[in-house]
Amino acid sequence: MTDVNALLADFAEKEASPPVRGYWSSVANRLRYDYVTLFFLAVILLIVLISVFAPLLAPFDPTKSSMAYRMKPVGFRNFVLGTDELGRDMLSRLLWGGRTSLLMGLVPVALATFIGGILGVLAGFLGGWVNTAIMRTMDIFYAFPSVLLAVAISGTLGGGTKNGMVALTLVFIPSLCRVAESATTQVRGLDFVEAARASGASTLSIVQHHILGNVLGPVFIFASSLISVSILLGSGLSFLGLGVEPPTPDWGLMLSTLRSAIYVQPLVCALPGVAIFITSLSFNLVSDGLRQAMDVKA
Amino acid sequence: MPLDAAVMERPVKATVKAQPLVDVRDLSVKFVSRESTNSAVNGVTFDLMAGEVLCIIGESGSGKSVTMRALMKLLPPNRTKISGHMRVGAHDITKMSESDMRAIRGSQISMIFQEPMTALDPVYTIGDQIAETVMRHEHCSRAEATARALELLQLVRVPSPERRLKAYPHELSGGLRQRAMIAVALSCKPDLLLADEPTTALDATVQIQVLVLLRKLQQELGMAMIFVTHDLGVAAQIADKVAVMYAGRIVEYGRVSDVLMHPQHPYTLGMLASTVHGNMRGQEIEAIPGSPPDLRRPIQGCSFTPRCKFAVKDCLQASPPVVQLDNGQYAACIRAGKGAMPAAPQA
Repeated sequence: MTDVNALLADFAEKEASPPVRGYWSSVANRLRYDYVTLFFLAVILLIVLISVFAPLLAPFDPTKSSMAYRMKPVGFRNFVLGTDELGRDMLSRLLWGGRTSLLMGLVPVALATFIGGILGVLAGFLGGWVNTAIMRTMDIFYAFPSVLLAVAISGTLGGGTKNGMVALTLVFIPSLCRVAESATTQVRGLDFVEAARASGASTLSIVQHHILGNVLGPVFIFASSLISVSILLGSGLSFLGLGVEPPTPDWGLMLSTLRSAIYVQPLVCALPGVAIFITSLSFNLVSDGLRQAMDVKA
Repeated sequence: MPLDAAVMERPVKATVKAQPLVDVRDLSVKFVSRESTNSAVNGVTFDLMAGEVLCIIGESGSGKSVTMRALMKLLPPNRTKISGHMRVGAHDITKMSESDMRAIRGSQISMIFQEPMTALDPVYTIGDQIAETVMRHEHCSRAEATARALELLQLVRVPSPERRLKAYPHELSGGLRQRAMIAVALSCKPDLLLADEPTTALDATVQIQVLVLLRKLQQELGMAMIFVTHDLGVAAQIADKVAVMYAGRIVEYGRVSDVLMHPQHPYTLGMLASTVHGNMRGQEIEAIPGSPPDLRRPIQGCSFTPRCKFAVKDCLQASPPVVQLDNGQYAACIRAGKGAMPAAPQA
């Protein structure tokens, strides 16, 4: 059988061997040249740092009002960004406000990813009546516009940061559940799941390794795109008086209360909106960049 | 190719009264749904000695893959009705529970799939996927399993195996991926390897490599192998025994040289006639007219009758008898063994 060995050796040589790179290092490599994503990642980091260190950075107490310094313009004495309708320092309030906004952006999405993900994988893997029960329930929630649903839920639960987060979590669960379900159904029918069964894997270990491993990617990418939506919705709830309660500084709430002063100090009134815009834009663009970098088939 | 001749002239292994490794008797598989019942496999009987290669040949939908999946109990239990008797080694497959099946899947019986693109999980490295199976059955540490994975990649002749261990499936070519699949299947030294058209998705040059490799590994490790294909050339190269399936039945069975040189069933004959071989430039290739029967309806008589050149009235009366020849070959045809058919074209 020497000719066979020679044949095999010959074939082996012909197999081109491109440099093999691990998954995460190839993702990192792709991100390295994506300057837009890197820039906005830095912006997010900055916002996070500012929010964390707000007590140290803020020049004034964000809740201390003063009748003498109401509605001062940008750059008035020590008030770098002016003051609001109660004479509170805008810069300090914006710095502190980042905390609630980030919390409103991240916590509901994280909770919804967890709950919606589990429900979706269950529905997708078990199929049959379990799938029907879970997915049709989700469809009912899906039928309402998300803003309306959030307003309705937090209106029922009452105001407050915590209730706002619960409302947003409930709003996001159906869409995340759908993404997880469709990814699971797709993966479940693929050969490698049957191959795993053929090599003796139990149902649990198939779900743990092969289903989750393939479903987490799309779910996380979708979840990251929801963060900016969540920040906007959270601000919207505060704007309507359903989220954060005054005097806690929050961008949405600030936008709402400053609205009456828009003809007096338009620039100052726009500042919380600018902050919301920058934050949600950054999360959006970073999520887009990550999706591109993590796409194996690209 | 000298290999061809080597395979064809290999002496038949002395079949001393050893017990066959695989024993399948009267296996039937029906897929039941609300609308219809599809009898995919109807009374398949065969056995296979340890270290032998059986090729199951047949066109799409003839029940080849279903037979193999039934042997591993991989068919969805709530929609499938399996009857008959299956034994592999000391295990009575028909009576085994799901958890007992898990213990022998991968360790005693393992399977190679058709599509190397989808049969490997895209999010794990090749090394992880081999190690996973090793750890599951041998309960060893990850380091030991990875060392074993490296040996296996060397066994299946993957060039620079250290680097491939850390590669993801999408970074490998189709041929390398199929070899990685084979490494997964061989990871626990199975007694029986089921190969479901493992070369169909590969291009022609890679097909030969994988075939040669499989044959070599099968001989080195002394495994029995059931190889499903619709390619007669592949069967001629790799098989000891051949089973030709049509409409869920084995219509002809025997040693590869007997079946391919002296086919007894008109279907085998027709398949051989429709294969390109030798110097056929300018000649019409003969095709078998018609298409296989709808297995959702009961079939009266011989299922091949509507397409058979030699059909007579008796063919429709009853299921054809299984005619056993002296050399162990058998065929399910009323004409089998009577020599009434024209000689097969010389392959």
